[in-house]
Amino acid sequence: MSMKKKNKKLIVRIIAFVFLSLLGIFMTYPLLWLISSSFKENSEIFKSLSLIPQKIVMNSYSEGWKGIGQFGYSTFFGNTFKLVIPITFFTVISSTIVGYGFARFTFPFKKFFFSVMLAGLMLPSSVIIIPRYLLFNRFGWLDSYLPFIVPAMFATNAFFIFMMVQFFRGIPKELDEAGIIDGCNSLQILTRILLPLCKPAIFSAMLFQFIWAWSDFFSPLIYINSVKKYPLSLALRMMLDLGEQAQWNQIMAMSVLSIVPPVILFFTAQKYFVEGISTSGLKG
Amino acid sequence: MKQKYKKRRMKDYVGLLYISPFIIGFLIFQLYPFISSIIYSFTDFTMIKKPDFVGFSNYINMFTKDRDFWNSVKVTFKYVLMAVPMKLIFALFIAMVLNMKLKSINFFRTIYYLPSILGGSVAVAVMWRFLFMYDGLVNNFLGVFNIPPISWLGNPDISLYTIGLLAVWQFGSSMVLFLAGLKQIPENLYEASAIDGASKVKQFFVITLPMLTPIILFNMVMQTISAFQEFTGAFVITNGGPMKSTYLYGMMLYDNAFVHFKMGYASAQSWILFFIIVTITAILLKSSKRWAYYEDGGDF
Repeated sequence: MSMKKKNKKLIVRIIAFVFLSLLGIFMTYPLLWLISSSFKENSEIFKSLSLIPQKIVMNSYSEGWKGIGQFGYSTFFGNTFKLVIPITFFTVISSTIVGYGFARFTFPFKKFFFSVMLAGLMLPSSVIIIPRYLLFNRFGWLDSYLPFIVPAMFATNAFFIFMMVQFFRGIPKELDEAGIIDGCNSLQILTRILLPLCKPAIFSAMLFQFIWAWSDFFSPLIYINSVKKYPLSLALRMMLDLGEQAQWNQIMAMSVLSIVPPVILFFTAQKYFVEGISTSGLKG
Repeated sequence: MKQKYKKRRMKDYVGLLYISPFIIGFLIFQLYPFISSIIYSFTDFTMIKKPDFVGFSNYINMFTKDRDFWNSVKVTFKYVLMAVPMKLIFALFIAMVLNMKLKSINFFRTIYYLPSILGGSVAVAVMWRFLFMYDGLVNNFLGVFNIPPISWLGNPDISLYTIGLLAVWQFGSSMVLFLAGLKQIPENLYEASAIDGASKVKQFFVITLPMLTPIILFNMVMQTISAFQEFTGAFVITNGGPMKSTYLYGMMLYDNAFVHFKMGYASAQSWILFFIIVTITAILLKSSKRWAYYEDGGDF
């Protein structure tokens, strides 16, 4: 390569690097601003671009944490965990079992059921929301977490089934056959041989389901009525609706707290997110 | 022979057993609601009184009397046509820059992907609302360059773009898919065309873009489907306003079903949305036979 060409390549790389850095700052500035504003006095929030507060206040957190009326954010955080942990747990178990069935067995109407599952990935869900709501109403499940947890037990999110199927297909069938020779039944093959190999896929599924359920807003909005049972998403929106100007930094402080768990998960396990959407080829 | 037959039957049964949670879930939580939604759409069900069949009148009223309906259709199409292409073009562009094999690619990928992870949360919508308020950060920033403040959320001509920008900000997940696709394009294609004297621009149109078409199609379909059903951003940031300029179809459905409890009417509206989405998806998939390139000639 000639010297000139080498120089040109270097310059292009430098330009790319500068561009990417500027874009990175541009993209993350809103989040950093949200964090810094939560430590600012209300009068300062909309006056400066600076990320460093002139005077650091902490009472936005302590006051905001008290929440609205008789319920504080300890309740709302607790509710979110009570909602998200069972959803995640049951989704992963049911999707693994169903994915195993699709990936390793032949049975009547398999093609049909598989197509139904794939169609579920693309079918717009808005058309079934109303009858689902009416169904849960008839079951007496409204204003409880059952409309979230019970469907998770029955692998209703095709995304996770598909993800597990793709992963199982990548594991050589010879391992199963070795298991059969050793006298394992099909359940033992799953639990003793395949599951240890599936850890990355299971971990990806857990992370995605956790974060999606954590920030879900629409479903709690229609199924949960009493403030006592509100998850964070509903509590924040209520605070925003009731809030006067004086409480801006409190709303921001609680918004920051509400994204701390997903952000920590994302940064500690980002490898699994990227792998999760690249291997299954699906959205994030 | 008989033994083998029996064994096979046994194995059939085992497979069905493993997928049985899915079958039960599908029947109760998907197929049943799907079918009853059709039936509800021909009734005047309101939760308070017993449903009566009203024939096609929900559909007829929607098309002839409901001004909100036509407004929401218009707003939603505008939103989809703006947000989806902008997001995908941006995602592809950034993926290509990242693919230049810079050392810091993993760092940037993480940073750009973060908004997608936080995407639909209320916290982010709250942040957006504060950012674009009249005396918010964005107008303060513009003020540095002596640009007069813009009414991002108050001007009905602009508000929808402000909501759409939130979707573009979340380009990260599409970008990761594009990046994975770019990595799979064989290096020797570029080498061969470079020997033939092809410029970088020509390489992009002759190699990169055709090889990425399956991923572009996939992204386009998934993003279009979800953009048509967008709800949280418009609900929390502008609540459909000002003057219903951000009153997306999803918001109208929510209001009719869960605020006014017009379940029959809302079901009919949900079927129109369903019909729109399925038609557009079908058009995208059908037209892709002409522009999407598959090495094995396979189907989507």
